[in-house]
Amino acid sequence: MELVTPNLGLVVWTTVSFAILLFLLGKFAWKPILGALNDRERFIEDSLSKAEAAKDEMARLTNENESLLKQARAERDHILSDARKVKEQMIVDAKELAHKEGARMIELARVEINNQKSIAMADVKNQVATLSLQIAEKVLRKQFEDHQKQDELVSQLLKEVKL
Amino acid sequence: MNNSSILNSKIFKPLLISALFLLFCVKPTLSFSQEKAAEASEKPFDPKEVVFEHIGDSHSWPVSIPFMEEHFVSLPIILYTDKGLEIFSSEKLGFHHEEGHEAPIYKGEHYSYKLENKKILAVNEAGEVIKDAKIYDFSITRNVISMWMGMIVLLIVFFSITSAYKKRAGKAPKGLQALLEPVILFVRDDVAIPNIGVKYAKYMPLLLTIFFFILINNLLGLVPFFPGGFNLTGNIAVTMVLSAIVLIVVNFSGNKYYWKHIFAPGIPLWLYPIMVPVEIIGILSKPFALMIRLFANITAGHIIVLSLISLIFIFKTAWMATVSVPFVVFMDCIELLVAFLQAFIFTMLTSLFIGMAVEEHHH
Repeated sequence: MELVTPNLGLVVWTTVSFAILLFLLGKFAWKPILGALNDRERFIEDSLSKAEAAKDEMARLTNENESLLKQARAERDHILSDARKVKEQMIVDAKELAHKEGARMIELARVEINNQKSIAMADVKNQVATLSLQIAEKVLRKQFEDHQKQDELVSQLLKEVKL
Repeated sequence: MNNSSILNSKIFKPLLISALFLLFCVKPTLSFSQEKAAEASEKPFDPKEVVFEHIGDSHSWPVSIPFMEEHFVSLPIILYTDKGLEIFSSEKLGFHHEEGHEAPIYKGEHYSYKLENKKILAVNEAGEVIKDAKIYDFSITRNVISMWMGMIVLLIVFFSITSAYKKRAGKAPKGLQALLEPVILFVRDDVAIPNIGVKYAKYMPLLLTIFFFILINNLLGLVPFFPGGFNLTGNIAVTMVLSAIVLIVVNFSGNKYYWKHIFAPGIPLWLYPIMVPVEIIGILSKPFALMIRLFANITAGHIIVLSLISLIFIFKTAWMATVSVPFVVFMDCIELLVAFLQAFIFTMLTSLFIGMAVEEHHH
């Protein structure tokens, strides 16, 4: 029976001691320890969610890069094909222009040649006329040096003239 | 240099452990044999007396150190009598006087005192007990000393851990901190949170203190020599205080659902005279069960170990040790489990009761 009879003194001392222990540990041990544990857990959770976010961001960036790359490639192809078209157009244009210019220059040359030819022809005509006159003059002069011949000529001319 | 290398050597550690283990087993045998040698000529060995001497409380503190004679340290006796306070050393009452001799009478300020069956009684000059003298014994007994030693261990351990947490903030735990952090987390994550729920944080200091207080005293109780060798958590007064604290905390935390469940449960009116008293008894019976469970478990363990050791002296042959020592080792292993288990169960049920009191949606 003594075993199950609480001793008053021990009850009081246990109460007092436990209260002191609870106060001391509660204030100076459990509070900082649990706080530190909570902090660490929150830190780990934060870090994990941050890592997750970084992973997502990474994936997003990769996607973005890829799409950018695709876009750039498409643009390059587009530019290249444009350039090719422009080149062809330019060649066609240039050919046409050259053709036209050539034709124009040939035309001009022909006109010039004609001009020059007519000028030269005129010149030649003049020269021929002058030379003819000079020859005629010289011939006439030779003919009329002798009176007889003149008479002959006149008579011949007169004979020819038929009235 | 040489010493430390010996201490660190791989062979030394197991040797030291086994040496300690041997001491652990042999020690009770030694002290018993001394006790027995002194008593042998006078009276036969009485295991009941030995066991109850250990299980109970006393006004002296037997400091037993392996291979040394047992010393008794006198403890202060504090008496609150109807005539005033009395403080004197327990030496004056002859706490370890020889059996058969008359206990000495100490003449104090208000009364004269005599120790009888570990109880302090007021006596007159002739040694007759004064019946109407009221004496309240608040002495610092063996169990109080053991409780304080357990508390000092707890304070040293947890203050050092706290400083470790402060020094190594945000880092992984190390050493003692790493050893006890899982235990603290166990109390929080597997005991408090599942039973109490979101309001667990307020009760964590109490639960942790109860857990480690019971655990350290259970473990110290298993050590047969200094600083252990007590039966504190197997003392009904201690378990009563712990469960009284639980009773108070649970009922002060009780919300309206808890009280409604007790005083106005949704049952037919004619059942009230039966149900309400049952519920009120329930308030008391829950902590009462806690008190008895811890007390009985620890006391039973101590009684079994001491009884097994006593077998050696009952059979009066050292050969009996070959039987009882292995059994004691086995029992000590079980007691080690029980030490943790009882601390866990007490904390577990405390948080369960708190959880029932703070639960929001009852029925």
